[in-house]
Amino acid sequence: MHPIVATVIQRLFLGIATLFVVSIIIFSSIEMLPGDFGQAVLGQAATEETVAAFRKELGLDKPAYIRYFDWVAGVIQGDLGTSFSGRAASGVDRSRPVAELIAPRLWNTLFLAGMTAIIAVPLALFLGITAALYRNTYYDKIVSASTLTTISFPEFFVAYILILLLTALWPVFPSLANIDVSTPLGERIYRSALPALTLTLVIVAHMMRMTRAAIINLLANPYIQMARLSGATQREVILKHALPNAWAPIATVIAFNLAYLVVGVVVVEVVFVYPGVGQLMVDSVTSRDIPVVQACALIFAITYIFLNLLADIIGIITNPRLLHPK
Amino acid sequence: MSQEQTAYSATDEVTSFLDKRTAWSRTKILLRKSPATARFGMIVIAIYIFVAIFAPWIAPYGEAEVFAQPYAPWGGEHLLGTDQIGRDIYSRMIYGARNTVGIALVTTILAFVIGGGLGLAAAINRSWLDQLLSRGVDVLMAIPSLIFALVLLSIFGSSAINLILIIAILDSTRVFRLTRSVAVNVVVMDYVEAARLRGEGLGWIMRREILPNILPPLVAEFGLRFCFVFLTIAALSFLGVGIQPPTADWGSMVRENASLIQFAQYDLKAGLTPLLPASAIALLTVAVNFVVDWFLHHTSGIKD
Repeated sequence: MHPIVATVIQRLFLGIATLFVVSIIIFSSIEMLPGDFGQAVLGQAATEETVAAFRKELGLDKPAYIRYFDWVAGVIQGDLGTSFSGRAASGVDRSRPVAELIAPRLWNTLFLAGMTAIIAVPLALFLGITAALYRNTYYDKIVSASTLTTISFPEFFVAYILILLLTALWPVFPSLANIDVSTPLGERIYRSALPALTLTLVIVAHMMRMTRAAIINLLANPYIQMARLSGATQREVILKHALPNAWAPIATVIAFNLAYLVVGVVVVEVVFVYPGVGQLMVDSVTSRDIPVVQACALIFAITYIFLNLLADIIGIITNPRLLHPK
Repeated sequence: MSQEQTAYSATDEVTSFLDKRTAWSRTKILLRKSPATARFGMIVIAIYIFVAIFAPWIAPYGEAEVFAQPYAPWGGEHLLGTDQIGRDIYSRMIYGARNTVGIALVTTILAFVIGGGLGLAAAINRSWLDQLLSRGVDVLMAIPSLIFALVLLSIFGSSAINLILIIAILDSTRVFRLTRSVAVNVVVMDYVEAARLRGEGLGWIMRREILPNILPPLVAEFGLRFCFVFLTIAALSFLGVGIQPPTADWGSMVRENASLIQFAQYDLKAGLTPLLPASAIALLTVAVNFVVDWFLHHTSGIKD
């Protein structure tokens, strides 16, 4: 077998194994709850029968490993369980399936992340490559210094500065991103502009710095010196010699930052009251609605693991030394 | 003329020529050569530490003291106004330095004790212990730490102790990785082997042979990790699941006063109020980053 295929398959298995362990960890979070949480969810007025029925519905009378496989089977079929909220002590059950809660919000979050990625990735690559190209010039110094500053800022700080400038002082954008299924695309983009801009500022900084570092690292290699000695200009050296070898680290940087985006989305969604998965997760953490927290955590973890795996595989595939085995 | 002065002493002769530099004079020389950004960073950090230690003496009011007028404007009795239930924002900013920075510092130290200790142990014992810890850390790092922290907080509930423990354990994975990777190169050195043959125990080898040789990257990592922990805790508090009221904390202060920003058109100062605690967080992170940058540059010896 071609060594690349073998390595890629190995990485895929590693990814699946990680996912398996991660799912166990997320699942066992419900095991760690104190024993009387049924009472806590249903309220003090709940009778013993309602609590017992609730425990039975969660399957707490079955051993843990059977419940784990039930849960995994459910997740694969799109059944993420039932939310804790909306249950009353009297046994009236107005709770909703978690999948129904998450589906529209997941679409919103993906929309926001996608919009950010479309703006941020080309911008970061452009800034990173030009900063490496004009290294140690004022351009490089200004770009580096400003990105170092945005990295140090918490997401909500960037968000509130933008709100102050662009909604309170010069009302250009709405400060609350209230969108729903019926919002037309143009309106949707307009209302999501501020959250997307905030996320862009945060991840462009990371991506640009890592791109610049990846290229500058490559420039220390002997073959670059060889190219220089053969009379290539700085631009030729970077675009023709360094960049083809830099795609692997750059792809890794992009995938890694998209994974970071997954996390950054949580805070930004809360600031702009954007109806996404992150906001739902924070609300569920506050109300301790474990099934929803589990489902959100699983979605975030799967995306994160998938993107990191993708970064790994791109790094392997684009490595010129692996493409031509001896 | 006493006896001592006429007597010859080799040590005296050597020391009379070579005035040995004390640690203090070496530090002074180092500081004189430091760049402006690093000096700025160190001054900012010093101010934060001073404010954090002497908070009760500097702050005009108590951190949870409630006054009659909520959302009071700047100036007058309350320098930076009051918040939504009438607490003095200036005092809460000062107490926030103590609470927010203190909790982040304790968490970082704990993360280093756990991660650093296990990392050293794994580097020395390269067999089952290393495998077990490394694979465990791989899995923990596969979940984004903010998400993991949210899951754990929903189970154990939000309190300062839980927050410190959860973030410390999640962040110790990064410290473990770094410590292990730098220590692995030192463990194979001859002097470590010599210590081992001499019969020194694991504790001695960790503390006296390896730790001094891997200190510079760990110190730099401490600064960066502190920033990361600080930002994570601020974010969690901002989300309402971190440090709980009435404790004054910059992250939750931003959230509590966020609605004031809409009044910026009418009163710019009021609009700036929620940005004050946020910029206090940002300023400290920038300062620490500047100092770490200089420290890394200094210890790596790169002349770029």
